[in-house]
Amino acid sequence: MLNFTEKVIPLDVWVTQFVDWLVEGYRPFFQAIKWPVEVTLSAIQGGLVAIPPIVVILLLGVVAWRASGVKLGILTIFTMLFIGLLGLWEDTMITLSMVISSVVFCALAGIPLGICAGRSDNFERALRPLLDAMQTTPAFVYLVPIVMLFSIGNVAGVLATIVFALPPIIRLTSLGIRQVHPELVEAALAFGATSWQVLTRVQIPLALPTIMAGLNQTIMMALSMVVIAALIGAGGLGAPVVLGLNTLDIGVATIGGLSIVLVAIVLDRITQSLGTQKKK
Amino acid sequence: MQKIEIRNLYKIFGKDPEKGLQLLKEGKNKEQIYEETGLAVGVQDASFSVKKGEIFVVMGLSGSGKSTLVRMLNRLIEPTAGEVLVDGEDVLKMSKQELVKYRRSKTSMVFQSFALMPHQTVIDNVAFGLELDGVEKTRRYERSLDALKQVGLEGWENAYPSELSGGMQQRVGLARGLAVDPDILLMDEAFSALDPLIRTEMQGELLKLQDRHERTIVFISHDLDEALRIGDRIAIMEGGRVVQVGTPEEILQNPADDYVRAFFRGVDPTGVISAGDIVRDNQPTVIWHTAETGIRMTLEMLNNRDMEFGYVIDSERRFNGIVSTDSLREALERGARKIDQAFIKGVTKVGETESLQDILPYVASNTWPVPVVNEKNIYLGVVSKNRFLRTLHRAGNGTQQTQEEKSLEEGVSA
Repeated sequence: MLNFTEKVIPLDVWVTQFVDWLVEGYRPFFQAIKWPVEVTLSAIQGGLVAIPPIVVILLLGVVAWRASGVKLGILTIFTMLFIGLLGLWEDTMITLSMVISSVVFCALAGIPLGICAGRSDNFERALRPLLDAMQTTPAFVYLVPIVMLFSIGNVAGVLATIVFALPPIIRLTSLGIRQVHPELVEAALAFGATSWQVLTRVQIPLALPTIMAGLNQTIMMALSMVVIAALIGAGGLGAPVVLGLNTLDIGVATIGGLSIVLVAIVLDRITQSLGTQKKK
Repeated sequence: MQKIEIRNLYKIFGKDPEKGLQLLKEGKNKEQIYEETGLAVGVQDASFSVKKGEIFVVMGLSGSGKSTLVRMLNRLIEPTAGEVLVDGEDVLKMSKQELVKYRRSKTSMVFQSFALMPHQTVIDNVAFGLELDGVEKTRRYERSLDALKQVGLEGWENAYPSELSGGMQQRVGLARGLAVDPDILLMDEAFSALDPLIRTEMQGELLKLQDRHERTIVFISHDLDEALRIGDRIAIMEGGRVVQVGTPEEILQNPADDYVRAFFRGVDPTGVISAGDIVRDNQPTVIWHTAETGIRMTLEMLNNRDMEFGYVIDSERRFNGIVSTDSLREALERGARKIDQAFIKGVTKVGETESLQDILPYVASNTWPVPVVNEKNIYLGVVSKNRFLRTLHRAGNGTQQTQEEKSLEEGVSA
């Protein structure tokens, strides 16, 4: 009987029906979700593309210099100049704006969720399988429903990126809150701190380096989604990679990939030094 | 006047504490309850009161429930049953807001691990309680600077806790406790993490602070010497129960059970009992109103009473000197008329707070009972050789090691 030649549980059919039902009945709801992402993305992208490249390069250089030091400032300027000279400036700005938008939403949702998870064992326990699923489900699996619900393009790309990049900031915020020495929380309570004061005066300031590490991880994960997002029609540095893949043009794929790595290095160094600076 | 009153206080850790309470009432002990239900009895049926302005030490070995007990006073740990009355108000009945207010205004706490905020400077740490209470910046810094001065840490305002030594960090902890000007200071093994020299210094400092501004202090300690040194009264805890409450002398001279006795073994009673504890006003006193108080009259009085020494005091009972039948006779022969001419030379008076150890040389080397005075030089009485030895004998019995106690001690240290 159990020779498994036939499908007994038609889960695939159910999922298809469920997604179809969602698309049919709840389209306005998903359009509403899309709206803030769209606005944020187009604002950032519009800004980055409109500003003359040299100004953007100098701005990034100054940010890197303030965050870390002259060395990183110079490295940033040269890296961005190089990408510009490769002819990928506009793609880089699109990627940057997609990364920034998704990280903004990840931080807005992830830090509060992480704080709740850090303060409540039950919430953490409920959240954990969801986070595991978000991190391990191959992105290709949820690309299809995302396309069906949000159609293709940059906004769908950002949404897919959010799903993938959200877990680390939640996990590390929760970890940071949990790592605060219980005696410090006890001391704050003993001096008459309310629950909110414990959070804002003790837990968040002391968890900040860990939260910043979470933010750094989220940025890195968002960058790693650039190519996959390009598969559902998102622009940016993923686009030349996908194009190179489809046309077997190794040159185009390489400069796209190289630029992603360079942007990743710059963003990683900047956010990492932000985190360690707060530690002092 | 009672500042804190604790009545039948219980704490049972675990999922169903009510059940544990029930089992305790049925007469089961801590170990049985733990085996049967997995509930841990932290404190059981603790009752005592703390007087306003005293240093009340709760002493016990680790696991005796003393830290739990102190945390129930400000509800950092929620008691399972009982009452905690502070100024007559039941802390356990307070609402969340009332509790926050109570913690901000009435109590503050000093922790064994200091528990300073590593991300804040010394001054911000000290001002922590005031900031929570919304005191504005200049005012709270003013008060915090004052608190820092009290603990001798001026000039360190802008340092970070990690830059300070352990002793200095605990001074910051103490200043943080003092800055909010609490009625009640809870100190949870506050000096236990410090090395012995610094610890003694901090104890002295605490006593000095207490002289200047009397607060009610509940001090948790596992260190007997510390308890004896700073405690006005001591509560001894064992296995979640308060087994004895009393002054150090009372407990030392009359330990409630073998556990307490085991605790005190090895303690030198002469270091604990003070002259004031054993003083007796049983010697003839001569009141020196005027210059005319006669030598002859005094001599007659002593002869009538068949006493050798007379203690000369003034109308306010201030101590002046000692005369003896011999010194009076000799003075008469010299033709002296004023009584101070008959004073015995080389008389030393001792303070009531001086320990037996301190007064031993005077008691031993003089033929007369040593006069005891308080800090205002008021004559309280004398300590005779006889009384001194009797006290030693009695206290010594209390700390003598019997076979039974030996086995108890092994049980305690295991």
